[in-house]
Amino acid sequence: MSSSSGTPESWISSFCSLLGHEYFAEVSEEFIEDDFNLTGLQTQVAMYKEALEMILDVEPEEDDEDEEEEDEEEDESIEGVERMRHGERRNHSRIASDLSVIESSAEMLYGLIHQRFICSRAGIQQMSEKYELGHFGVCPRSHCDQARTLPVGLSDIPGEETVKLFCPSCLDVYVPPNSRFQTVDGAFFGRTFGALFLLTFPEYDLTKRGADVLAGARVPEDDKEMLNGMYRCNIAPSLGRSRIYEPRIYGFRVSEVARSGPRMQWLRDKPNDLSELDEARRFAEENPESDDDDESMNLNGRSVRRLRQRRRNGAGGGGGGGSPMETNGAESEL
Amino acid sequence: MMEEFASESDSDYTSYWRDWFISSRGNEYFCEIDEDYLTDRFNLTGLNTEVQYYQYALDLITDVFDLDCDDDMRETIEKSARHLYGLIHARYIVTTRGLAKMPTLASVQGSSAGRIHYYQWAKPMRLIRNLSNSTVFVARMYTIPSLAHAAIDGAYFGTSFHNIMFQVYPALVPSKSAERYIPRVYGFKVHAAATLIRWQNSQRADMLRRLRKLEVESGFKEDMGGDDLDEEEDEDEELGVDGAQDAMHVVG
Repeated sequence: MSSSSGTPESWISSFCSLLGHEYFAEVSEEFIEDDFNLTGLQTQVAMYKEALEMILDVEPEEDDEDEEEEDEEEDESIEGVERMRHGERRNHSRIASDLSVIESSAEMLYGLIHQRFICSRAGIQQMSEKYELGHFGVCPRSHCDQARTLPVGLSDIPGEETVKLFCPSCLDVYVPPNSRFQTVDGAFFGRTFGALFLLTFPEYDLTKRGADVLAGARVPEDDKEMLNGMYRCNIAPSLGRSRIYEPRIYGFRVSEVARSGPRMQWLRDKPNDLSELDEARRFAEENPESDDDDESMNLNGRSVRRLRQRRRNGAGGGGGGGSPMETNGAESEL
Repeated sequence: MMEEFASESDSDYTSYWRDWFISSRGNEYFCEIDEDYLTDRFNLTGLNTEVQYYQYALDLITDVFDLDCDDDMRETIEKSARHLYGLIHARYIVTTRGLAKMPTLASVQGSSAGRIHYYQWAKPMRLIRNLSNSTVFVARMYTIPSLAHAAIDGAYFGTSFHNIMFQVYPALVPSKSAERYIPRVYGFKVHAAATLIRWQNSQRADMLRRLRKLEVESGFKEDMGGDDLDEEEDEDEELGVDGAQDAMHVVG
């Protein structure tokens, strides 16, 4: 079985090279073989074991013993299931209709594993390579100026929504331009990936476009001011007053009060002064007395340092756990 | 080849060039310009300086072209004709008749080129708009998905058309919704995005308040008024204290 990793066309790589599957990362076999990563998927996919075999290119065995000898590491993961289903599987030979059911199960199973994989260290790394190569396309919004997008799902449950593209530059989601992606389930990417990607790779400079991203544009050293856990320059760079379309008739702006007037500009708005968004600092400024509760809220700005020092040590176990993590995160990014 | 039809230039059957032009690939966004409009010189004021071989191009559009010329020349005139048609088109679609034609085309034009249709948020009624004079843009300004359309000059639609269209046909204005995408990690909102969204919601509430004061219909599906801010906060509370704090951790 392990031989399949050497063969040029494993099931996984052929699946990922199908038309419309350009967004998929190739899940490593080690990831699939770790039983822990598959927790709970048995109940979600029909013919789970057969589907898993297909993904891993395990030959549908005639003789159980033979297979066990061949791939011991494989057995660790699927042996248990295999034993359970062995009896019922014995009798039926694989017919064509069966195969197509397994094939679609395998796709579903792969998608669900993929959803987990791209949030793992190896997976998100692979996705970042695809991101740098521009595999996920660009934002259709003209003011976003071809910002790179990320594939996301709007639901973690398969069969609800197709895959969408999340633009980190305007924080909105779009239908992929090509209809071939409208058969790809959004759950195969999941709701978490898009946001997690930005948190994992805060160094990507979202204001850069095209070839600059290819060159691995990073946030410049002198621009590394943090706000709300992100670099200031990376907070929705394509939003704001100057980057909102203004409808005009013969040069005159259409009034907000007009029936056809612009009503959705808030969706593309951003404060001119980003520190307006620093809610924690503003709260601290407005309420200088309140030094209790909400420790985790006070971690953004410089001016809260005073508060931080005053913070009592034993204030609640759960809250206390928040601050070290936050501090660690900030340090590692610097 | 056009000469054969020259004699029939007044009949209804003569719009060969325009038929061909509209039905050719990538030109789905254009509507057919009436013969009357084309032949009225007033409507063409100033265009003769914009277009090379203006008279020949106009002849070609109106199917009365009968010049014997070589292929190169014909090619140039053809190009001019397309340009001229586009420029006339920009004027035509803001006339009463042109406006009446465009809505029927609207379904062809596609829905807001990508933004997710949260329920009824954008009925398939997003119209062409233009920005500076690059390519054609769709309402809320999205570049048009098909590459075929990337070649169309935005000026062929003008900057005013879609606005006038919505003024004339207010029923076509899509209803709006405050539904939006909220970036989440394992169900928890990301702090940076969440603060921006809160700020934007306060902007929306301000706008709705202004509109309500003037007693203007906001166009939102349900008038959330000033309550939506509270709703937003309620949602946060539903997540619970743990959720809020975890969301903060994720930020780091």
